[in-house]
Amino acid sequence: MTTHAGRLAKTAPATTVNRTRPSLGSRIASGVGGGVVRVFLLLVGLFWLVPTIGLLLSSLRSPEDMNGSGWWKVFTAPSQLTVDNYQKLLENGDITNSLLNTVLITVPATVLVVVIGSLAGYAFAWMEFPGRDWWFLGVVGLLVVPVQVALIPIAELFGKIGVFGSITGVVLFHVGYGLPFAVFLLRNFFAEIPRELLEAARLDGAGELRLFARVVMPLGGPAIASLGIFQFLWVWNDMLVALVFSDSGSQPITVALQTQVRQFGNNIDVLAPGAFISMVVPLAVFFAFQRQFVSGVMAGAVK
Amino acid sequence: MTSATAGGTAPVPPARTRKSVTGTRKAVVALFLLPALVLLGALVVYPIGYSVVRSFYDQQGDGFAGFDNYRALFTDDGIRTALKNNVIWVVFAPTVATALGLVFAVLTERVRWGTAFKLVVFMPMTISMLAAGIIFRLVYDQDPDKGVANAVWVGVHDTFAPSSAFPKAHPGRRSPLVADKGGFITRDPVHAGQSVTLPLVGVAPDVMPDGAGKAVQAATDPGRVTGTAWQDFTRGKGVGTLGRVDPSELGYSGMRIEAVKDGEVVDSTKAGADGTFTLSGKADGARLRLPASNFAEPYNGVDWLGPSLVTPAVIGSYVWMWAGFAMVLIAAGLAGVPRELLEAARVDGANEWQVFRRVTVPLLAPVLAVVAVTLMINVLKVFDLVFIIAPGSSQDDANVLALELYRKGFSEGRPGVASAIAVFLLLLVIPVMAFNVRRLRREVRR
Repeated sequence: MTTHAGRLAKTAPATTVNRTRPSLGSRIASGVGGGVVRVFLLLVGLFWLVPTIGLLLSSLRSPEDMNGSGWWKVFTAPSQLTVDNYQKLLENGDITNSLLNTVLITVPATVLVVVIGSLAGYAFAWMEFPGRDWWFLGVVGLLVVPVQVALIPIAELFGKIGVFGSITGVVLFHVGYGLPFAVFLLRNFFAEIPRELLEAARLDGAGELRLFARVVMPLGGPAIASLGIFQFLWVWNDMLVALVFSDSGSQPITVALQTQVRQFGNNIDVLAPGAFISMVVPLAVFFAFQRQFVSGVMAGAVK
Repeated sequence: MTSATAGGTAPVPPARTRKSVTGTRKAVVALFLLPALVLLGALVVYPIGYSVVRSFYDQQGDGFAGFDNYRALFTDDGIRTALKNNVIWVVFAPTVATALGLVFAVLTERVRWGTAFKLVVFMPMTISMLAAGIIFRLVYDQDPDKGVANAVWVGVHDTFAPSSAFPKAHPGRRSPLVADKGGFITRDPVHAGQSVTLPLVGVAPDVMPDGAGKAVQAATDPGRVTGTAWQDFTRGKGVGTLGRVDPSELGYSGMRIEAVKDGEVVDSTKAGADGTFTLSGKADGARLRLPASNFAEPYNGVDWLGPSLVTPAVIGSYVWMWAGFAMVLIAAGLAGVPRELLEAARVDGANEWQVFRRVTVPLLAPVLAVVAVTLMINVLKVFDLVFIIAPGSSQDDANVLALELYRKGFSEGRPGVASAIAVFLLLLVIPVMAFNVRRLRREVRR
């Protein structure tokens, strides 16, 4: 309240007299309303945080403690906190292997989408070929195709070409379904590169490939960052695609944990820390690249 | 959306100025385009065609089945539940998430820590639905000692309706009491000056109320009805006497007793620590009842993941994940609303609600529509949350099309029906597909 009043006092001399006078009453009203708003938002924020805090604290308690009482018990008995679950989890070969698989799936699936999407995005933006815009619209149409449509056909296709159950298959699928958004986003971004820049590079003797690598890609940085983050999170967090196309040796962490959910209650000491470990990377990416992430989300509103 | 993507303020340049600056050779075009087109063709376009064809063949894939698989959409119980739930999902999840996003976006503009709030609400969007599912399995745990939802709910409930002290108490053999409306009532009328015995058994020692003391036989009082309600049980064989207050037996401290005459309660009281109670002379000739409230089971909270609530519960977790998405998009739209318009409305005497309702919301309508439609498409694809949160016992009740497709295709071995579901899902998103293409065509051809 004091800071509020202070701010009011500071701004008051700056505004003219007849401007402040009619709004004085409404300022008081909005002060009261502001209190309600603050309490409401505080409660909502708490409401949003509690589930995640519950998971974190659950992951830091022994299974015996978890069976006896709720995670909020640690506020009165902080000695219950332990990292034993995490230690055990990291000694569990299945879990560490699936974490590695998550990385092995996510990194290539992201890099490939960025590279292939950039090439196509540039072609749609700056190359001439018959029906260019129609092809592009066709790709845009694919934005909203649900992945579920492809599960059965691709399972059979992958079976035939021998990549079913492998990391390659999962990566391929993610690349296919990441491309419409990638092409859509990058084509629109590249199309706004000033023509003069490209012409200047051309006059310096750059060929199409050098033009792409030296001018277009660097200028496309922000869009590529958004796309990369978005695709990274999408693949990292995926469960359904990996559930269908990976086997026990190539499954990512989401699938490994999913197999444990069936005995929910008996293995919370695996599930809670496992889920938390799987969340750490997305959360770190989110906090590090909020801006790019948000603009990626906005661009992807149609996906 | 597209201009927001590009981040620049310049409009998309007209097509003629985007003619190639190099005079591209066909081979180079192919080099740039083929990887994307081949992958899209094989992984996205081909499956669509395949699914359409497959949906007209039987489960083995060799016999033409006509519309049989589509008929299953409306006759198969699993699919019908899934359809019904999908309707609930599509109606409620986007609406609630969008409404919350709107409220948050408008309100966060008024606090200085609005950015921190947005971060908190937006954060769940970055985690996997699997992790969110595990988080909410914990939240919705039935046991109020473990699940935070029920812990809070039971806490609130017990504040307003304290749980009873004597669950499972019941009359023993040769008891003067008979069951009545969930409680118990004396067989015979009682009279003033009588010391009534109301013996019950069955309360475990550890759940007896803390205040319960040694039971004593109530003294008689000529103008009133007195008596004792107590646990008529002494450990050990043949030690206690049925129907008599024995030395080591405990009184039912706090037991409620009603005197009932012709179906109406004429007097009531509560037993003391030693189980004794006194009723006025009005109770003369009445029967004494121990009402049902004494014996109610302790309140155990809501069965969130039971058959009837599981879908709303899972939708709740979805809203937790996606309200932030709605909020961020709407906040971006709000930033584009001219402040002068809101200020003008306030100067004209509109209160905050009117400004919100009459100015802000109409101006944001296009953004709200985009958010809601995006969420609707997203909701059609919800799989992980239902798969993880709904326990095996109620997963059938929580079923949605995306989950049913997976089950039919991969655990029940009915790829024909699964393909029909896939085509159905695709048909549902085609209007949005057409809308996207039309909107973009205008920009592309400019």
